Amino acid sequence: MNALPMVQVSDVHKHYGDFHVLNGINLSLNAGEVMCVVGPSGSGKSTMLRCINHLEKIDAGTIHVDGELVGYRARNGNLHEMKDKDVCRQRADVGMVFQKFNLFAHMTALENIMEAPMQVRGRRRADVRDEAMELLERVGLDAKSGNYPGQHSGGQQQRVAIARALAMKPKVMLFDEPTSALDPELVGEVLDVMRELAASGMTMAVVTHEMAFAKEVGNSLVFMDGGTVIESGNPRDVLNNPQHPRTQAFLSKVL
Amino acid sequence: MSTVSTTKPVGVTAPRKVIPLRRPGRIVSAIIILVLVAQGILVLFTNPNFEWGVVASYLFAPPIMQGLWLTLWLTVVAMVLGIALGVVLAIMRLSSNPVASYTAWAFVWFFRGTPLLVQLVFWYNLAVLFPSINLGIPFGGPVFASLDANKIITPIIASLLGLVLNEAAYMAEIVRSGITAVDKGQVEAASALGMNRAKTLRRIILPQASRVMIPPAGNETITMLKSTSLVSVVAVADLMYQVNLISAQTFQTIPLPIVASLWYLLATSVLSVGQSRLERKFGRSDQQVSGQGNKFKQLFNARRPMKAGNR
Repeated sequence: MNALPMVQVSDVHKHYGDFHVLNGINLSLNAGEVMCVVGPSGSGKSTMLRCINHLEKIDAGTIHVDGELVGYRARNGNLHEMKDKDVCRQRADVGMVFQKFNLFAHMTALENIMEAPMQVRGRRRADVRDEAMELLERVGLDAKSGNYPGQHSGGQQQRVAIARALAMKPKVMLFDEPTSALDPELVGEVLDVMRELAASGMTMAVVTHEMAFAKEVGNSLVFMDGGTVIESGNPRDVLNNPQHPRTQAFLSKVL
Repeated sequence: MSTVSTTKPVGVTAPRKVIPLRRPGRIVSAIIILVLVAQGILVLFTNPNFEWGVVASYLFAPPIMQGLWLTLWLTVVAMVLGIALGVVLAIMRLSSNPVASYTAWAFVWFFRGTPLLVQLVFWYNLAVLFPSINLGIPFGGPVFASLDANKIITPIIASLLGLVLNEAAYMAEIVRSGITAVDKGQVEAASALGMNRAKTLRRIILPQASRVMIPPAGNETITMLKSTSLVSVVAVADLMYQVNLISAQTFQTIPLPIVASLWYLLATSVLSVGQSRLERKFGRSDQQVSGQGNKFKQLFNARRPMKAGNR
């Protein structure tokens, strides 16, 4: 594979007041690979994910996506905050799927998907519409394109949310506990869509509690606790034979 | 092949009926209320002092029509401008810029805290305070244009200034509560898709905030319709002004206010219908099948067994 990873997180620190939520995170994710991030709540895994598209600002360190520094410009050894316009341009290339779906409540499924390509990319309605319908078909919801989010089940909402993120043709997709808010019987349909997405070659970073999914789909697995990466590696190795006592303790509770 | 058992439970021959509880108190109270209402309506039509003939003769009189037109015009213009300024104030109030935020707060504090009547009189007499209005560089810099306050501040302009600024103060609070009612996740989703702040506000936040804002904004519109009657004190010939003029000339002190009330009632009724239409339009994203039946039928048919499917 080529040298540059798609996502490179280097020595990232972040504080919420006195709380050191990220304490020197180092990660890299190669293009076309799936990285699953697991760990107890409060370990900073969601925060780390949100830093990758600059929804959260970092206090120290650097994050690169496709070789480009996220949220800052390096000049004379200092990091200068980017203008809003440039932050928006960077975010447009990074898809994000939220735990609570966050579909636009006043728009139908189709409108949700068409919104950003038209408003952010400035593309024509007719072109965007065809692509949006294709995406809905891909997530199995083309028959429900006119439904509002409130008329969809949680699993259906999350599939629309994935289609909405894909409509921007992102370089990488971030999933922040995409199945944690779902009824157990709806988890499968969302994981199926994600499995298909991974098989299509999408670069994905997935914060999840679905260990079976991590083992099956993930190219790498990262265990975080207390704002640091405790252990990482091949998902099978980490899950079957954890080296660090904290990883062992965590896995003994969730597996 | 196994099939689902269709045998009935032992001892039950037919599905048992559910007999709703009798509520005789409801029927008794309904009758008492209806008797009182009937008495009130009878008095309204038989008391000759109401002078319904006079009311009818003035109901469509040209001055009344002109006044009604002006009242409606003032309501629409003041509401449109008031909402626009209210949105700007609400955004300022929620801005992270402390100067903008406190300026908006002070505006609301002042214009909500003083009587509209006083504000109208103040704007009407603005020329006394500021004989000329200059456009130029502040603090004694060059003046590009100088205008005579007496000519600019006509009674209509003074009325609009009073109504719009007062309305904006109230609307600012309504818009602010509407914006803060929108889930934060909506803003995050828009940001994550690369939408800038202005587009997020216009495309995502305000449309959803509107749903929360419509009932209080509808209230404001109805209040505005009646508040316009205050402009009669600064010699604007609205409905109330015309009614006062005619009743002063003819000494018909009862029927003419009735004429005004009938028109105000009709206008507010139309506005109420418009409000519920708007509520339905903005609420379409969470329409559900509602199983509420006719309440009048429920009152008198309480003894009938409930139909299947009724909740």
